[in-house]
Amino acid sequence: MSAREKEETLIKVERAAGEVVEGEALVSPEGFSPRYDLDRWTGEISRPGHAIEGENIKDRILFFPTAKGGIAAGWAFQDLKTKGIAPKALVFGVTNPVMVQGAVFAGITITEGWSRDPLKIVRTGDEVRVDPMNKRIEILRRG
Amino acid sequence: MRLTREEEEMLRGERGEVVEEALRVQLEVGEFFGAQEFVSVSNVHMMGDIEVMGDGGLEFLRRVAGLGARCVVNTSTNARCFDFDYVERLNQDADTAEKEKELISLLQEIGVMTTDTCINYQSLYQPHLGEHVAWGDTGTVIYANSVLGARSNFESGPVALATALTGRTPAYGFHLDERRKGKILVELEAEPKNLADWGAVGKLVGEKHQNYFSVPVFTGVEGSPIADDLKHLGASLASYGSLGMFHMVGVTPEAETVEDAFGGEEPKETVTVTDEDLDELYASYDTGDSSADLVVFSGPQLSLYELKTISELLEGKKVKEGTSLIVTTNRGYKAAGEKLGYLHKIEEAGGMVLEGVCFYILDSIVRLRVENGWDNLVTNSAKLANIIAAHKFNPILRRTEECVEAALTGRVEQP
Repeated sequence: MSAREKEETLIKVERAAGEVVEGEALVSPEGFSPRYDLDRWTGEISRPGHAIEGENIKDRILFFPTAKGGIAAGWAFQDLKTKGIAPKALVFGVTNPVMVQGAVFAGITITEGWSRDPLKIVRTGDEVRVDPMNKRIEILRRG
Repeated sequence: MRLTREEEEMLRGERGEVVEEALRVQLEVGEFFGAQEFVSVSNVHMMGDIEVMGDGGLEFLRRVAGLGARCVVNTSTNARCFDFDYVERLNQDADTAEKEKELISLLQEIGVMTTDTCINYQSLYQPHLGEHVAWGDTGTVIYANSVLGARSNFESGPVALATALTGRTPAYGFHLDERRKGKILVELEAEPKNLADWGAVGKLVGEKHQNYFSVPVFTGVEGSPIADDLKHLGASLASYGSLGMFHMVGVTPEAETVEDAFGGEEPKETVTVTDEDLDELYASYDTGDSSADLVVFSGPQLSLYELKTISELLEGKKVKEGTSLIVTTNRGYKAAGEKLGYLHKIEEAGGMVLEGVCFYILDSIVRLRVENGWDNLVTNSAKLANIIAAHKFNPILRRTEECVEAALTGRVEQP
């Protein structure tokens, strides 16, 4: 990617926690609940009709506009980590405290709020880097 | 975040490894949300059952119990997945039941009171106006914030447990005055007369405002809703919209007037809910072949008053063969219901009363559905109607009397 393209695809986030991570993007136009949308034994988005049904979250950097579901999600990420099927990072447009608590507890990078809509910039399969300290997400390579 | 000397000691590990780890997680969450400081909490209510915690959570609990973790504030637990007296009758998984038992004993070892109730605000503790608590289960949090004027965020299991060990929580979200102001004005033209009606109102408002910080302000409420009404409204708002708080002018403590509720600001939006909206909602459920396979009163657990109502409606009658009736409550209310004869009436009619559980988190729920041929599920809980669809039941929301009628006739018709 050219320097200019990199600049034009840089996303600034409002809030962030966790380590710097790099990985393959999985971009969803629909929100996410780790309990109602996910097969918690395989890591596959399993709810019939979900916009990214059939995709696997393992080791990927997930982009979701919203967080869905209740408090029970808090333990879910730790459980995914124990099973070896956790994502590398969660990038949300709007999230709720439960997702943040669950991700921090499990040691999974999480961010909220974005300067540009990733749906228009990032494509599933792109290699991206999430840097919580500097609150930025950049595309390293196109997939 | 500004830390007190005590918090700095915790972070240096002077209160042990577990407290240090717990505070670090809380600090990171607090910094994410821009909290300036921690606030002390007087009470913790946590979700800790094998279904939500999984093997990962159980392993975590083994480790922290082994390291000598101890709660420093009163900490209770939410509904869980087993009423151990019914494991065989329901044909639940015996291995998972053993894990649930181990989990309960580990929680008790670290000082958690395993009360197993999602209606702690009706049966255990009612924090006062302005009191900071850390509660898990969305229904308990919205009730605490809205009806009691206490202050809590949604505190998920691991962070609620961290709060129990450190006695404090980061001051963000609903701990702050700013976040508690109303955002949306709801003109309630409908006159809810039934618990299901209140839940339906919660669905109509929550579904359109899926934001933790939406804070609707209800006006035009006739009469004085009782605790069970507000419990169903809150549970439904939280379930459909992830909302953490509402105001009701003239009813809830931070809403003496509309101006109070909005804290001097203007509503971002105004919505109206009418009786026609409720009628339309009831009519929207697909009743399929009209058979009432299963009738459930649960989500949240029933108060003693709800148990009394159901028992009176069932007195001297029989649940139709081929239809199942399940009621869930907590240990205390089941015992009281037994003494008062309510339990006898429900069981005599053919109903099953489970304690310490909520229907939708029952272990092996999907297998139970398949084995019993349960498809249509009739309930007066809008919250349950929402969540249970994830387990592929066909939920049908009906008023309490209609639910009992469905249990007795085995039929559920379009209104």
